[in-house]
Amino acid sequence: MSNVPADLKFTKSHEWVRVSPEGVAEIGITDHAQQALGDLVFVEVPEAGRKVSSGDACAVVESVKAASDVYAPVSGEVVEGNAALTETPELINQDAYGAGWLMRIRLGNSAELESLLDAKAYEELLASEEH
Amino acid sequence: MPFIPHTEADVRAMLDAIGVGHIDDLFEEIPAQLRAGPLAGIPAALNEMEIGRLMEERAARDGRSLCFIGAGAYEHHIPSAVWAIVTRGELYSAYTPYQAEASQGTLQMIYEYQTMMASLTGLEVSNASLYDGASALAEAALMAVRAHRRSRSARILVPRTVNPTYAKVARAIAGNQNLVFEDLPYCTDGGHTIVESLRRFEGEDITALVIQQPNFFGTLEDVDELTDWAHAHGALVIAVVNPSALGILKAPGEWGARGADIACGEGQPLGVPLSSGGPYFGFMATRMEFVRQMPGRIVGRTVDLEGRTGFTLTLQAREQHIRRGKATSNICTNQGLLMMAGTIYLSLIGPKGLAEVASACVTHTHALVAALSSIAGVSVAFDRPRFHEAVLQLDRPVGPVLDALAARGIEGGFDLSEHYPELGPALLVCATETKTQADIDAYAWALGEILQAPHPDPLP
Repeated sequence: MSNVPADLKFTKSHEWVRVSPEGVAEIGITDHAQQALGDLVFVEVPEAGRKVSSGDACAVVESVKAASDVYAPVSGEVVEGNAALTETPELINQDAYGAGWLMRIRLGNSAELESLLDAKAYEELLASEEH
Repeated sequence: MPFIPHTEADVRAMLDAIGVGHIDDLFEEIPAQLRAGPLAGIPAALNEMEIGRLMEERAARDGRSLCFIGAGAYEHHIPSAVWAIVTRGELYSAYTPYQAEASQGTLQMIYEYQTMMASLTGLEVSNASLYDGASALAEAALMAVRAHRRSRSARILVPRTVNPTYAKVARAIAGNQNLVFEDLPYCTDGGHTIVESLRRFEGEDITALVIQQPNFFGTLEDVDELTDWAHAHGALVIAVVNPSALGILKAPGEWGARGADIACGEGQPLGVPLSSGGPYFGFMATRMEFVRQMPGRIVGRTVDLEGRTGFTLTLQAREQHIRRGKATSNICTNQGLLMMAGTIYLSLIGPKGLAEVASACVTHTHALVAALSSIAGVSVAFDRPRFHEAVLQLDRPVGPVLDALAARGIEGGFDLSEHYPELGPALLVCATETKTQADIDAYAWALGEILQAPHPDPLP
């Protein structure tokens, strides 16, 4: 059973979102996603300054099994990509909700947060995907 | 691996199993106006004896003329061993086999090829080949757009000194993928691209600058200065290079302060015969930092569980069987056989041999230009250093002169009038190491005779 922290928001495409009081969303892929991908070997994060719309493919995670796009859960401007992942992509496997964060986006429209899943809804999604 | 076609009975059985009357019913959802009818104008099939006869007759019509045409494909001596080895049963395939790692010999050959191309271009990593030089430039342009993450314009500057066919193919392949190709003029004295022509782009978002060395006119470009300009103004550099010339010219990885970012070109000069235009192979090399944006297959060297050296396909997440529509390209290893010929050619002649080939080309072209330009009515267009081609200007239209030369068994060069009308009646000539002084004298004698006759169609 994968770990789903109660204080985060989630997407159906298995990204997580942590919003700071300053209106910056930290984004990564969920514990379930990293387990499904297996050992990560390469991660491409967006450049600071890039404007993204919710749903845009804005990062790539490549594992020994597959390469997948990561979609922006919210619109806004990228403040920072996690540079540490270039050398140590395995941080995502080791700590998906912490050191394995992918990018930080300054929220362009905080109303978008309403459409994200809460922990309970995401757990239900995972349970339904198991069938 | 045998190829077993379906018999009519097989097809019938499959249609019956899914309850379909005729195979055409499977395509019913395609609207009638979008379907291709039967191929009109295609003659009936020929049997092996008939097609063999036809091809022999056509080959005989080509004759054995003395060829001074370059313009992208070059006649070089090919050691007999090259094709004797390539056509061995173990190697005779255009593709990387399925279950690639079961074919260690093929993978090792590709790995050796990549190593040689990386060394020749002065860059860190090469792929396992592309279709040809022209499509390699298109792939390089697409790759530059992916690799240059700060540039959003997808603008690629293409000097007019780049092979015009390459520029056309690049536009055809990449032009509908939001890439914008912009022409750069050339210096009419030197036949090269000058930095002054780039100044108007300063302060703009340019994704990449293409630099061909030697350029289509055979002229050497100021590659260091052009490369440094591009890097100083935030653009990547795509080098289009002739692999023979790299025997003596500076490798793209050493151009300017930082070196070119991507090198590509036509591999035909390395052991592949002219064959009326193909098949040839393209090549591409880049820096390690851009490897995940490179198209094509890549073979890596590794060790197995017992520590023994082995070869494997690597970085496959770029490829279509994993990334589907988001793959870096649909290129695989179709030109594997030609790439293998290139590998064997390079391993047989070695770095010293390649330098000797290149030097002989320069010397022979120098002799050719001297002999031809001493004829009344012939002048040399550009005054810059050149590799193995040169532009000559004639006092009359080029087409009839080439026809008259062809009637004497000489292919006199490439008529530039279509692509470069501003040069007037201009002819691109080439002499590789295969052309002796006697060949050059024969050409000069024939051209002298043809130009001695007053021409019926004088220029204004």
